[in-house]
Amino acid sequence: MSESVARAWRRFTPAQTIARTLGQLAVAVLAAWMIARLGIRWDYVADAPAQVGDLLHRMFPPEWQFAGTLVRPLIQTVNIATLGTAVSVVLSIPVAVLAARNTTPNIVTYGLGRVLMVVSRSVDTLIWALIFIIVVGPGSLAGVLAVSMRSIGFVSKLFAEGIEEVNRGQVEAIVATGASRWKVLLYAVAPQVRPVFAGVSIYRWDINIRESTVLGIVGAGGIGFVLNEAILGLEWSRVGLVLVVILAVVVASEAVSALLRKRLT
Amino acid sequence: MMAAARAWRPPSIWPRPWIGPTLWIIIAGFLVWNVFELEIDPVRVARGVARFSTVLARAFPPDFHRAGLITTGVLESVEMATLSTLLGVLLGIPVAVLGARNVVPLLVYLGGRGTITIGRTFHELIVAILFVKALGFGVFAGVLTLTVNSVGFFSKLLAEEIETIDRGQIEAIRATGASRGQVLIYAVLPQVLPRIVGLTVYQWDIHLRQSTIIGIVGAGGIGATLYNAFARYDFDFVLAILIVIVAIVLVGEALSALARAAVQ
Repeated sequence: MSESVARAWRRFTPAQTIARTLGQLAVAVLAAWMIARLGIRWDYVADAPAQVGDLLHRMFPPEWQFAGTLVRPLIQTVNIATLGTAVSVVLSIPVAVLAARNTTPNIVTYGLGRVLMVVSRSVDTLIWALIFIIVVGPGSLAGVLAVSMRSIGFVSKLFAEGIEEVNRGQVEAIVATGASRWKVLLYAVAPQVRPVFAGVSIYRWDINIRESTVLGIVGAGGIGFVLNEAILGLEWSRVGLVLVVILAVVVASEAVSALLRKRLT
Repeated sequence: MMAAARAWRPPSIWPRPWIGPTLWIIIAGFLVWNVFELEIDPVRVARGVARFSTVLARAFPPDFHRAGLITTGVLESVEMATLSTLLGVLLGIPVAVLGARNVVPLLVYLGGRGTITIGRTFHELIVAILFVKALGFGVFAGVLTLTVNSVGFFSKLLAEEIETIDRGQIEAIRATGASRGQVLIYAVLPQVLPRIVGLTVYQWDIHLRQSTIIGIVGAGGIGATLYNAFARYDFDFVLAILIVIVAIVLVGEALSALARAAVQ
């Protein structure tokens, strides 16, 4: 083994090098195959930077005079997000109690809680909006219902995790007083999970602001409607303005949410 | 002072006892105002609710006869998600480096962070509309939309990861006289590689969800099929598509969770 001293250090053994190269090759082939399947028009791709540049150029400067008409839709967007979050928080509490291992009455209710969560989470807000537009007609109400249905999965999942992490001691102390299941929830679990619930609700609210900006595109109220109209009317300087406004609102709500959550913990 | 007779009160997180109730009143008042702002049309809602039972009746049983359409849409969605994740990671890694305060100068950092914020702010549907307008209908617009979205999500989390790495290793590599690029490859990359793999898989899972809706505005995938089915009141077909979407989202989530558990 005297030659080993002269041999240069290598990070991988030859076998590892071959395996890694094969792996990278497989990814490349997979990507190439998918690109080929998608039937992309390459002349479009070549033209893409010019087209996108042209679009951005048309948006600037934004049509600032149009700002006044955006106030109402913007308030509507924030309202949809806030109300939707409030409804989802109320509905999520029972779902979370069912889906937390330490509070669910039995295995059937646990399964029920988990199924509700999964169904809510796997269907996008916009798809919920399409469904609720059939029921209640186009407008903000459909948006509120869509936002709340979609949020239940997320909110109740984090609520349930909060419930599962409560201190057993306090629960046992309340149980030892002879308290009923409801009283245990109310006096042992609820006080412990309140900060978690508040934090999760605020976090979801800022996600919902972002989601609410597009609801109007399918007819469920808010600033998305104005955006879609401006795009359909090819009024790009208005589109530019709406985008600037959305950017401001989303960034502001995120900052507010982060600030509040920091204070809570 | 009849202190002995006073009832016990739980301690409050507020410095003054009246702050808590006041906050609740403000929040409740705001919500009530929101409800009035909704402009609910009770007649329309009553009619819709009554009609919804017919809608449900027509949705059952789900109609899988046009399985070919669903398969094409789903495959397109999966391909868009996968391709955009690959592109997004290739684009997202450099952006993440630019957005990490500990490896770049302040001015570059602000530029990187700004890019990440813009990528995060706009909902994928807005980005999709713009790309469809600029580049025409189809999967190309969809792939680009999701790629842009990666810059918001993947780059943000990766940048935060880079900011928490061990300084010692950077200093050690720098002490050998390595250039900035070499520091990135030999000191930064090895520390964040497991996280890159985990985030890539997670991003793919998110793109899979998003790829089911951007078809609504013409950016390819199963969303277009779904939107058309809604528009034509084909509710049994809608239900079939929804079942398939829930299924692929769940499979994607399971695969992603398994893969992330394996690398961490």
